[in-house]
Amino acid sequence: MPFVTPESMRGPYDVIVVGSGAGGGQAAYTLSMEGARVLMLEAGRRYVPESETPMFQTPDQAPLFGEGTSDKPFGFYDATVDGGWQVPGEPYVSDVPAAHEFRWWRARMLGGRTNHWGRISLRNGPYDFKPFTRDGHGFDWPIAYEDVAPYYDKVEMLIGVYGSNEGLENTPNSPAGCLLPPPAPLVSDLMIQKHAKALGIPTVPAHRAVLTRKLDADSIPARLHPGNPAAQRILATAMRERGACLWATACGRGCSVRANYQSPTVHLPPALATGRLDVGTDAMVHEVTLGRDGKARGVSFIDRRTGREHSVRARAVILAASACESARIMLNSKSAQFPNGLANSSGLVGRYIMDTVGSSVEGQIPKLESLPPLNEDGADGHALYMPWWLYGEQKAGRLPFARGYHIEIGSGRRLPGFGTPASLQWLSPGAYGARLKQDLRRYYGSLVSFDGRGEMIPNERSYCEIDPTVKDRWGIPVLRFHWDWSDHERLQAVHMQRTFAEVIEAMGGRLRRPIETDGAKAISRGGEIIHEVGGAIMGSEARRSVTNAWGQTWDVANLFVADGAVFASNADKNPTLTIMALAWRTADHVLERMRRKEL
Amino acid sequence: MDRRTTIKWLIAARAAWPLRGLASVASRPASAADGYGTDPDLLRPYVPGELWPLCLTARQKELAALLSDVIIPADERSPSASQVGVVSYIDEWVSAPYSEQQQDRVVILQGLAWIDAESVRVFGRPFAVIAADERQRLCDRICDTTTAAPVDADAARFFARYRELTAGAFYSTAAGRRDLNYIGNVPMTSFPPPPPELLRSLDLL
Repeated sequence: MPFVTPESMRGPYDVIVVGSGAGGGQAAYTLSMEGARVLMLEAGRRYVPESETPMFQTPDQAPLFGEGTSDKPFGFYDATVDGGWQVPGEPYVSDVPAAHEFRWWRARMLGGRTNHWGRISLRNGPYDFKPFTRDGHGFDWPIAYEDVAPYYDKVEMLIGVYGSNEGLENTPNSPAGCLLPPPAPLVSDLMIQKHAKALGIPTVPAHRAVLTRKLDADSIPARLHPGNPAAQRILATAMRERGACLWATACGRGCSVRANYQSPTVHLPPALATGRLDVGTDAMVHEVTLGRDGKARGVSFIDRRTGREHSVRARAVILAASACESARIMLNSKSAQFPNGLANSSGLVGRYIMDTVGSSVEGQIPKLESLPPLNEDGADGHALYMPWWLYGEQKAGRLPFARGYHIEIGSGRRLPGFGTPASLQWLSPGAYGARLKQDLRRYYGSLVSFDGRGEMIPNERSYCEIDPTVKDRWGIPVLRFHWDWSDHERLQAVHMQRTFAEVIEAMGGRLRRPIETDGAKAISRGGEIIHEVGGAIMGSEARRSVTNAWGQTWDVANLFVADGAVFASNADKNPTLTIMALAWRTADHVLERMRRKEL
Repeated sequence: MDRRTTIKWLIAARAAWPLRGLASVASRPASAADGYGTDPDLLRPYVPGELWPLCLTARQKELAALLSDVIIPADERSPSASQVGVVSYIDEWVSAPYSEQQQDRVVILQGLAWIDAESVRVFGRPFAVIAADERQRLCDRICDTTTAAPVDADAARFFARYRELTAGAFYSTAAGRRDLNYIGNVPMTSFPPPPPELLRSLDLL
């Protein structure tokens, strides 16, 4: 009986995991595979990618060509259920104007945002865990790359990540057997690689959680669960059920053959097969309940189907509701002992929210015009990327900003849709009729775009707190966000603009519009890249952080945080892989302490 | 066309541009309460008109078809916009309850009225019955927002948006994908690299 209702929950559990995305999925997987009895609570509905994913549907089959609306902001076929920049009945408050606005993307579905994410899976490097030591900004993590590396290895083997080992600075290699082969690059990728190289920019295979071939179910399970034959058997079966990439249809829709990582197709099937994981959906957790002994007793949640409140108990609670939602739960868990929110004696819950710096430039490359028709769907793009390459310049103080960025490539003959002609119209102003058709044939597939994804340094002005008046439809107080970039981020965005223009011009291309040299205009809005982390940062001192190196809150011994909230910095590397590696590490720690009867 | 009809068209032209007389268009509530919601069925195909009522009149649809085919005419490789049903897609778009589409609705309905009225003003007959070269002369005036005369600026903005809708709809269909030689969106057991001879011709190998 793995999917449970409030009535059929079999508490008390060993562990309650709040959230079912990358962090919650990984924590529940590790705990249940290694013997713990787990209850996972997810605020959204049950979601079954195998039967719900729109594979191969074309724009003409969707309302409004599948273009984004307020109901489905990333388009009709985006996997997100009951979410987006707004969730019906669940508002949040943000500062205005736009420079101080924070946008918060949420989903209300099993697996959360892992269902639609970009699947980019980059390891943080050694520098990324000790940024303060390196340049005096932000905070060091209480852990080093070496502490996390074994967990990166395990997560890559478990979920399946393609990529290659290039030995580049602060861009770690993976041990043999961790990575799947990268997909073939497109013509445009190779052209970019050639011209970027002349500018000193390395272009190498991207790392993404997509199965370019089936996982090695014969050897990986034993490496991940040594001495645990039952777990090995379960995982081998789950791995064999996952199909390899079909080289078609966008990953953001989800994948019915389970070829990319999303929690409901990768983490949850083996965890459920253990019989030790119960999953309660439509369960809106709003409070971690506190016992007289100062330990967490469990959680209270509202059943979204009935509106009724329920409580359930466990020996330990792991919050993985997403960085800001986990902070919200802690801040809303007030008691005599913790009047400012649970585990918040430092006053730092909700503080140091970070997003990723985003900026993009688009251009057109005449050499890519009118090429012979090729199928360029690939693994949904991202065959190659450019890792940050100016560590030396930065170390030498020759750049006006402290942290780096990587570059993601958009190019190729992608599935045409509503936006295709509009994206090419600037190349033939005023064209209509026969000329418009001819021009579109010529220019289709000749666009390239570069998206910078850069590190943000945590600052005192970017945080969330509980709004004093606004409540959601369940009566739960909502978050109020405050946001500000610093010059480190704004100047980094300008550097992105100039760099991308240089690459496009080196390719003989033309820019769609002049680059933006005002950093405040070049940079994305807070939250817009959907990489928000922080809010319960880990550290080595209780007064300067919310959790210790294990994600265990300093104040409440059996309360852990296993999502992006614990990030003490937000490297340019997309956070999801690190969230999973840390969640596995935290779950291992919880298991160890339970074996020692410390929890 | 008799003189009485021409005068009627001239009156319509004045009424249609600028915003005067279009309050009923803009007053439709901007709420998306009538939309497909935040958890629609993603698997089944949808056809225009099943999610919300369509609003174009027969006359507007006739005009829309003519203008769409001026923008995307049939040629040796693919059919025209109206032949692949673009008008019903545009009707779905301008009838939708979402704010972006509601704004487009105003622009498109005003623009269609303008183009007919302007046809009458310049050529003495509505757009449906003027000659192909007359249609082209009219469209040439408004096809580029950067070069259109100030008096035609609103009409040029309409044309630009109408072109996006027409071409966007056309290239969303199977006919549009074939026209662009798009050959993807099919399952494959492997993903081949680009052919070496192509890479050599581009000096990439």
